[in-house]
Amino acid sequence: MAIHHVTAPVAGAAARTRPPEPFKERAARPPEPGPVRSGRPPEPFGNRAARPAGSRAALLVLADGRFPAGGHAHSGGAEPAVKTGRVRDAATLEEFCRGRLHTAGLTAAALAAAAAAGLDPLVLDEAADARTPAPALRAAARRLGRQMMRAARAAWPSPELDALAAARPRGAHQPVVLGLAARAAGLAPLDAAYASAYEAVSGPATATVRLLSLDPFDATAVLAHLAVDLDQVAGTAAEAAARAVREGAEALPAPSAPLLDITAEQHATWPVRLFAS
Amino acid sequence: MTVPTAPPPAALATGFGVRAAARVVAVPDGRGSTGLPVLEGEGPFALRRLRSAGREARACLVGAMSAPLGGDALALSATVADGAALRFTTTAATIALPGRTGAPAAYDTRLDVGEDAVLRWLPEPLISAGGSDLRMTTRIDLAPSARLVYREEQVLGRAGEDTGRLVTRLTVRRAGRPLFDQELAYGPGAPGWAGGAVLGGYGAVGQLIVVDPAFEERPVERTLLGETAVLTPLAGPAALVTAVAPDALCLRRHLDAAANLMDW
Repeated sequence: MAIHHVTAPVAGAAARTRPPEPFKERAARPPEPGPVRSGRPPEPFGNRAARPAGSRAALLVLADGRFPAGGHAHSGGAEPAVKTGRVRDAATLEEFCRGRLHTAGLTAAALAAAAAAGLDPLVLDEAADARTPAPALRAAARRLGRQMMRAARAAWPSPELDALAAARPRGAHQPVVLGLAARAAGLAPLDAAYASAYEAVSGPATATVRLLSLDPFDATAVLAHLAVDLDQVAGTAAEAAARAVREGAEALPAPSAPLLDITAEQHATWPVRLFAS
Repeated sequence: MTVPTAPPPAALATGFGVRAAARVVAVPDGRGSTGLPVLEGEGPFALRRLRSAGREARACLVGAMSAPLGGDALALSATVADGAALRFTTTAATIALPGRTGAPAAYDTRLDVGEDAVLRWLPEPLISAGGSDLRMTTRIDLAPSARLVYREEQVLGRAGEDTGRLVTRLTVRRAGRPLFDQELAYGPGAPGWAGGAVLGGYGAVGQLIVVDPAFEERPVERTLLGETAVLTPLAGPAALVTAVAPDALCLRRHLDAAANLMDW
């Protein structure tokens, strides 16, 4: 098997879809001063003013598996789980995905919702570091964040995205970028939480189709079975984000999965692997 | 260093559970060692002073009654003043047991470590007995030059028993910034906890955190410690060992091996 290299997003394709006027108008709005929790200069982040609602359909674009943000190159821990036999069929895949969703998935969804709600993305990036003890997963999250940033800036140009890209040229944590992209698209924190939570399970499910030759119908059924869990996690994440707006980023949840952290580090040492993480 | 002299309110046994607090304060004694001007506990907490070693004062927690039971609210705090050194241990594992009402128990630990101070927090494991429900919160605040070794081990169920419900949150802040923030949830009501992403059927899980400003210059390297344990650098001058194991003994072996590796 060849090592799967992460491909750059197709910038040309994204550039053809020019944003409509309302987005331009919003992008031109000057940033307002925000809170100073981080001790860093608040502008241009921290603008918590209500944003005009964008098109809900933007959520479909953002959550589409074909959105050119590089997610297809990552298995979300499924590759080492398949190798050790912890994931071997549809039932074990479902338990794996449920565990990932309620741990790393909730952590990511809450960060995304908080970014969409207007919390300082640099504070959230630091919170993401503290919630990601495995260096292989921090590196993967930043690489994915950089790719998400390119696609998002093409799709929904915004000064907030520009500012985060400038502050974290090597990539901010992906959920933070995703949340900020949702905000730039005029989506709500709950929408960002849904997109992030769904990604937490769709990644491993589609990767397992390739790793195990699992029937794609079975993998899709696993995702459908998780719908209620997805509702719960997205709802919890959005509530936590609302609390974090009042109390700061520490109010965000931090659930974690020991085996995902341990096996991510083992996987990173494999000389040959199908997925980047 | 101001040391409050008023003891905490006496252990209060309500109809539903015990409320109890324990507190340790370590300060330099002016003769190159560390004194313990405050060492007080109540109810299930009996604190004992052990023979000190060099600069380090040593305190030990003796469980004086079965706790935490459902409905109990326990609080434990330690303050290590600038320049002091403290080692904290317990004589036995802590066993979370069911209460009479089904209410969860709360166990909050608060640790503050000052400049050039050292805290080694090495309690015995927490065992989550079948039917128990415990929420543990640990918050550690470190000064920039503070050093820390913190061990946490959780055993899910006694021999041959299902686990209770256990939810823990461990937050470590250094110089006021977040360094490590992690929640773990196992047992009934924690979806997918036994699956391949979280514990994969293992019954013991633990971590060892070492914070040392020296890691700023020389961070630890990622080291795989067998099939189910790993030593990694955190995003800051700190190292973390994460391990899962079939039982408490195997788990301790992993954590001890890593501690030796780091020379701590």
